[in-house]
Amino acid sequence: MSVAKPLPHDAAPLHVAGTARYVDDIPTPRDTLHLAFGLSTIAKGRITAMDLDAVRQAPGVVLVMTADDLPFANDVSPSIHDEPLLSDGTVNYVGQPIFAVVATSHLAARKAVRRARIDYAEEPAILTIEQALAANSRFEDGPRIYEKGDAEAAIAGAAHVIEGTFELGGQEHFYLEGQAALALPGEGGDMLVHSSTQHPTEIQHKVAEALGVPMHAVRVETRRMGGGFGGKESQGNALAVACAVAARATGRACKMRYDRDDDMVITGKRHAFRIAYRAGFDTEGRILGVSFLHHAICGWAQDLSLPVADRAMLHADNAYLLPNARIESHRLKTNTQSATAYRGFGGPQGMVGIERVMDHAAHVLGIDPVELRQRNYYAAPAGGSAPHTPRSISSEMKENTTPYGQVVEDFELHGMTEALLASSDYATRKAAVAAWNAANPIVKRGIAFSPVKFGISFTLTHLNQAGALVHVYQDGSVHLNHGGTEMGQGLFQKVAQVAASRFGIPLEMVKITATDTAKVPNTSATAASSGSDLNGMAVKAACDTIRDRMAASLAERHQAEVASVRFGNGQVEVGEARYSFAEAAALAYQGRISLSATGFYKTPKIEWDRIQGRGRPFYYFAYGASVTEVAVDTLTGEYRILRADILHDAGASLNPDLDIGQVEGGYVQGAGWLTTEELVWDDHGRLRTHAPSTYKIPACSDRPEVFNVALWDGQNREDTIYRSKAVGEPPFMLGISAWLALSDAVASCGDAYPALNAPATAEEVWKGIRRLGDGI
Amino acid sequence: MSKIHVSTTVNGDAVEYLCDPRETLLDCLRDKLSLTGAKEGCGTGDCGACSVTLDGRLVCSCLVLGVEAEGKEIGTVEGIAEGDVLHPLQQKFIDYAALQCGICTPGILVAAKALLEQNPDPTEEEVRFWLAGNLCRCTGYDKIIRAVMDTAKDMREAV
Ligand code: FES
Ligand code: FES
Repeated sequence: MSVAKPLPHDAAPLHVAGTARYVDDIPTPRDTLHLAFGLSTIAKGRITAMDLDAVRQAPGVVLVMTADDLPFANDVSPSIHDEPLLSDGTVNYVGQPIFAVVATSHLAARKAVRRARIDYAEEPAILTIEQALAANSRFEDGPRIYEKGDAEAAIAGAAHVIEGTFELGGQEHFYLEGQAALALPGEGGDMLVHSSTQHPTEIQHKVAEALGVPMHAVRVETRRMGGGFGGKESQGNALAVACAVAARATGRACKMRYDRDDDMVITGKRHAFRIAYRAGFDTEGRILGVSFLHHAICGWAQDLSLPVADRAMLHADNAYLLPNARIESHRLKTNTQSATAYRGFGGPQGMVGIERVMDHAAHVLGIDPVELRQRNYYAAPAGGSAPHTPRSISSEMKENTTPYGQVVEDFELHGMTEALLASSDYATRKAAVAAWNAANPIVKRGIAFSPVKFGISFTLTHLNQAGALVHVYQDGSVHLNHGGTEMGQGLFQKVAQVAASRFGIPLEMVKITATDTAKVPNTSATAASSGSDLNGMAVKAACDTIRDRMAASLAERHQAEVASVRFGNGQVEVGEARYSFAEAAALAYQGRISLSATGFYKTPKIEWDRIQGRGRPFYYFAYGASVTEVAVDTLTGEYRILRADILHDAGASLNPDLDIGQVEGGYVQGAGWLTTEELVWDDHGRLRTHAPSTYKIPACSDRPEVFNVALWDGQNREDTIYRSKAVGEPPFMLGISAWLALSDAVASCGDAYPALNAPATAEEVWKGIRRLGDGI
Repeated sequence: MSKIHVSTTVNGDAVEYLCDPRETLLDCLRDKLSLTGAKEGCGTGDCGACSVTLDGRLVCSCLVLGVEAEGKEIGTVEGIAEGDVLHPLQQKFIDYAALQCGICTPGILVAAKALLEQNPDPTEEEVRFWLAGNLCRCTGYDKIIRAVMDTAKDMREAV
C-alpha cells in the first residue's frame, strides 16, 4: 500500500531541477500585459483629486483603471462585500489600491504608478486598540462572549489569583512566492485564470462577479503555490480580478505579481491581539476559573476576522479542563491592512493566552510548570487511544467539556507528555539549566514545555465538504483531481497515495493534476488543515466507485462473487484468474464500463452555533508537545534556541516524511512569530517593516543545534482517511515553548514574573531583564 | 532607452540577449532566456531565491544588472544536473524531503553547490551561516542542513 509510506514531495524532482512552474513561470503569449497597483499614502480620508495623466503617458502604459472603469462589481471581499478592488473614493489604510496600471512590462507598470498625483482630505486614523475602543470602531455590534460556569465567582473564591495583560503581535506570511495571477481571455467572453491561491473557487466567484458573467465562464487553475500559510486564502482575489478585468478590456493576456514590498504593504497578516487574563487557582495548582479579554486588531475590512477571532476563543482552553471560564472577544476595525487567515487561524492567539496563564501561575505558586499543566489536563479517554465505538465514552467523560460544550473524547497528551519528558531528558536538563544560571551571571538559559490541542474542522460547518474526479484510462493509468491545492504541504502526494492504495497500483500510475474549477466545482479553501482529511476521503469515494464497477464486471465474467475480486500489487485477482491492472482496465473499457467517477465527502458529527458558543465545532483534536531550551545574553537581550524536542500526533500518518516536514516547519514558523518577527507601524499608519531587510523570519543560521522531531504512534479515534490526522496548522503552536523558554531565562534575572510581550524580540527580552533587575 | 547587446555564457552555452541597461540579470534570465529556475523572492538581495553564480562567485541575480553578465560565465540551477543525471545535492534534497513548496530550492541548491566547491568539508555551523542568506519559509531548515552535510560527506568519500 502506498499510504503510510515516507515518500518525497510529488514534484521534488522538478523542484531540484528548477523546472517546477509557479504562476510567474508559466510561458505567456507574446503580447502579455503586466499590472501594478497605485497605492494610497494615507491611512484614512477621502480622495479629493486624482491626476493620472502622467501615468497614462508613461512609457509602455496601455491602460489605467480606476473604480469608475470597472464594468461590474468593485469588490474582492471573501465575506461581506466591504473590500473594493480599487478605492471608491475613501481611503482606509496606507497601501490600499487606488488605481491599476496595465503596461507592456512589470517594470514599466511599476514605474508608471509613481507618476500619479493624488490629493486627499485626511481624517484621523484609528491605529490602536484604545482609538478603536474610543470610537467604538468594530465588526459585529459588540463583543462575543462564550461562558462555562461562573468564572468570576470561582476566581473570587480561589486561594491564588493571578492577572495580567500582554500584547501579542501579528505576523507576515512571507510566502516566498509573492501573490500572482495570470488571466487569459478566451472566446465568447470566457476567462482562464492561473492564480497562486488556496481557494480557486473563491477566485472564480470574484472574477465572475467582476466580469458580470456566470461562474461557468471562468475557469481557475492552480498547480502549486510557493507557500500559502493562509495568506493566499483571500488575498489573491485582488490580483486575479484586476487581471481578468484588464484582460477583458484589452483582449490580451494580463499578469500581475506583487513586488515584495507591495505585497507586504497591501496584504493582510495574522491578527495582533491584546489579551488580558484573570485566573483563580487552588493551592495544588488546579485552575478553578479563568476570564479572558481578547482585543483583536482586524484592520479595515472584515475579511475572515470573525471566524479567526472565534477560533481564538475556541482555543482559550488549549489542553486544560477549565471548570469555569469566560472569554470575551472584541473585533476591532482599524486603519491598517485587513488582517486575514494565517496558519492556526486565531487558534495560536487563544492558546498563547492560556499558556501564559499556566506559566504565570507556575511562577507564582512555585510549582514546576509541566507539573502544573499536567494537573489541569483534560481527562484521558477510557481504553487508551484505540478507535472507539460511540458507546465507549464513559459518563464521566461528559464532564470533560470545553468552554463551548464539546466533550473531549480523544485526549492524547498524558501519554505524549510523559514520553516527551523522557525523550527530551527534561528533568535533568531543567536542573542543569538552574545550575548554569546559578554559575553564570551574563548568559542565562531557559527551558520550557508546551502542549497543543488543536480543533480540526472549519467552524463554518458547510465548508467541511470536498469533491474529487478520477479517471482510469484503458492502459490502467489514473488521472487524479480534487479540490485541494498544493502549497508545499504535500497534499497532492498524500492524496495520490490514497488513490494508489485504493486501486492497489504503484504511485507512478497516478497522475496528479492541477486544481481546476472546471473539474471539481464549489470547493472550499485548502485551509483549516483540512486538505487531506476532506480531499483524501473524496478521492477514496471516487476510486472505490470505479473499483467496484471493475470488480462487478470481472466477477460477472468469471462467474465469481464480487467480494472475491482483489486489487493489489498492480494486479486484479478474481478466482484463479489474474490480470494486470492495465488489462483489467482494458477489459472494463471493452465491457463498456464507465471508468470515470466523482467522489464527495462531508465531515460527520459536527454542528456549531457561533453566537451561543455551543456545539461540536470540531470533528476531532490533533495534539502535540514540545520542549525548547534557549540561551539569552543578558547584556544585549540577544538569544539563541539551543535545542527543541517535539512529539506530534498525526494519527496514523499518511506519509511520515511529509508530516515531519510540516511539524519542523510549523514549529520554526511559530517560534518566529513569538520571537523575531515584529511588525511595526508608525504613527501615520505606515508599515515600516515591509521587506525581509527589516522583517526577520527565522533564517538557516537560527536552526536549533539539536532538533529532535518524532511522530506519536497513534491513530485517529474518528474514522478519518486511514485514521490519519490533519497536520498543517497544529505544529505551528509548538513554537509557544520557545517564547516560554525565553521567559524562563529572563525569570532567572530576578524574582518577579517576566511578563514578556510577544514577539519577544531581543529588545523585548532586554527590557524584561531590566524590569526584573530594577525591581519594577 | 536604447537596448544593449549582451553576449555571455549560461551553464556552458553561449547566449546573447538585448536588454535595457536597468534590467536585472534575474529578469534577463527569466524573461529573455526562459530560465525560470531563479526566482524573485524580494528583489533586494535579502532572500537568496535568485541565487546564481557569476564566474563561479555566488551572487543574488536581483542585484546584478543584465549588462554586467557580458563576457562572464553564469551558472543557474538548470545547469546543476549533467543531462539526466542529478547532482548529488539534488538527489539528497529529494531523499531528505528537504523541500516543501520548493520555491527556495533552486537558490539553496546553487548556494550549497558553491559552498561545497570551495569548502568540501564544512561544519554544521559553516553550512548554517553560509545558507543564512537563503530564506525558506516552509521547512525550518533542518532537513536542508542535513542534506547538505550528507552530500558533502558522500562527495568526499567519492574522491
Ligand atoms: S530576489 Fe534576489 S535576494 Fe531575494
Ligand atoms: S520550501 Fe517553501 S520556501 Fe523553502
